[in-house]
Amino acid sequence: MTEVAQLLVNGLVAGTILAVPAIGFTAIYAVLRFPNFTVASHATIGAFAGYVANTAGGFPAWAAVGVAFLVAGVAGVINDEVVLKPLRPSGALTAAIAAVALTIALENVIRFIWGNDLRGYALPLRRDWQWAGLRIGPQQVENLVIAAVAMGALFLFLAFTRTGKAMRAVADNPTLAGIKGINAEMVARLVNFVGMGLAGIGGMLLGLDTSIDPLTGFRVILSVFAAAVVGGLGSIPGAVVGALAIGVAEELSLLSLAPAYRTAVGFVAILLVLTVRPRGILGERAF
Amino acid sequence: MENYLIAMATFAGLYALLALGLNLVWGMTGMINLGLVGFYAFGAYVSALLTKKAGWPMPAGLLAAMLLTAAAGVLMALVTARLRGDYLAIITLGFSEVVRIVASNEIWLTNGTDGISGIPGPWRGQVSPAAFNLIFLVIVSAAVLVVFAALQRVRHSPYGRVLRAIRDDDQVAAVAGKPVIAFKVEAFAVSAAVLGLAGALYGHYTSYIAPEGFVPLISIYIVLALTAGGTGNNVGAVVGAFLVVFFLESTRFLTGGLPGLKPVQVAAVREFLIGASLIVVLRFRPYGLIPERIPRYATPEGR
Repeated sequence: MTEVAQLLVNGLVAGTILAVPAIGFTAIYAVLRFPNFTVASHATIGAFAGYVANTAGGFPAWAAVGVAFLVAGVAGVINDEVVLKPLRPSGALTAAIAAVALTIALENVIRFIWGNDLRGYALPLRRDWQWAGLRIGPQQVENLVIAAVAMGALFLFLAFTRTGKAMRAVADNPTLAGIKGINAEMVARLVNFVGMGLAGIGGMLLGLDTSIDPLTGFRVILSVFAAAVVGGLGSIPGAVVGALAIGVAEELSLLSLAPAYRTAVGFVAILLVLTVRPRGILGERAF
Repeated sequence: MENYLIAMATFAGLYALLALGLNLVWGMTGMINLGLVGFYAFGAYVSALLTKKAGWPMPAGLLAAMLLTAAAGVLMALVTARLRGDYLAIITLGFSEVVRIVASNEIWLTNGTDGISGIPGPWRGQVSPAAFNLIFLVIVSAAVLVVFAALQRVRHSPYGRVLRAIRDDDQVAAVAGKPVIAFKVEAFAVSAAVLGLAGALYGHYTSYIAPEGFVPLISIYIVLALTAGGTGNNVGAVVGAFLVVFFLESTRFLTGGLPGLKPVQVAAVREFLIGASLIVVLRFRPYGLIPERIPRYATPEGR
């Protein structure tokens, strides 16, 4: 029983962290209507930006996460402006193909600079907390808080600011938003900044748990897709629910599967959801 | 030098098979497959395991590889057939990762990351290595010719016309009474079979397969081959495959001469160039070297 409870706790922590890049992926999808696979490379970019801030700049983890957000966000805007935006008129799938190529190119920029070695953040050593037989690390709790703060800030931004409302309007109905005078291009830049910034935070939070290398983002991409699809592609609350579901499912799979299969759980979840309820838990129609 | 050229021609043939398979779904039907390398790997493992561990003859292994890869394709196409193309993109990309995870972890079956060695090849060991390479080049060329002829036939047939109609607007095709989902699933299955065949041939050629031989970069090679050659065009797919092999080899020589770089950096420069060139081609030459020419048919009025 304690084992299951422990896995549930781990799953909820992992799911909360996974929700951050999943929101990024689904938000960009909601506005720009193509699956932007470069969340993988931007998660890696964020992880390395945070790594530099943490080890060379001496920032504590929570401040380095801010650097991860900014660098990944700015990189996201530039990459979209230069590479993906000109291709979007050729169709969503062409843009998706280009995104895969761009992810590989960016990953290799990181590899060129830092090589393939695993790198760890400079973190203070702290003892795990124990309570009723359950165990949780202070770093896990810190990551959980960072993820929750990032998501809370995003919800406030989308719900209460003018720009946030403009973003939701474009996602909801681009033509109508255009008639109301909302500048779709500015919104596209903004969603890239925020979405890729969140991917960067996600990459760094994942790295804080273990270590980082040029494939950090790519390794988690299947879980990110799964979270977004299970929750409903294009729905931000859906991404959160989906991420929690995938996080818990991945941990519970450890009861019967080898740890290496954790990410395969996401793939099975995608197949199941698309068969039974393609729009996901909270999404709109999927065809 | 001769051996080198023969080996490169064999690889170009394998890539041509992959590009032809991709052309059937992406170029002709407008469905995306971003997990090409997963199907390639799946076919390679099926045939390698059946011929090496179960002692099947090679043709039976190839056939089984094609059938099982097609079955995997049918599953994915069916699940996403009614949905927007984005879902197929996500699911195929996911599939390629799952194949790699399974191949790396089911050690009892696939020998894990150590890979499978000693995969039988036609007359391997009975003839000199040079002769074996030549024999294999002939086999691959024959496979390319057969697949090319068959797909060319599809392209010029009413069947191919329906596929193009689905690509351009699947609602119109459905209104015209075409069973769109059946067409999509069939096209995806045949394409997957071709990808599986290429993978199986690869395993028998190199005699060794391992999960790290099936990286996502290979999918990029193939999309690059098809896009550079001319999407929708079977000739373009084959020409593009040869161009890509030539390009890959030239970057090997060029980056080999870069002074002061560590091996990992040289590899990074090459992979970057491959990703970047696909983006450049998509941007500036979206129709490729040999753009698709849609076959024309005489109408009753003569035009």
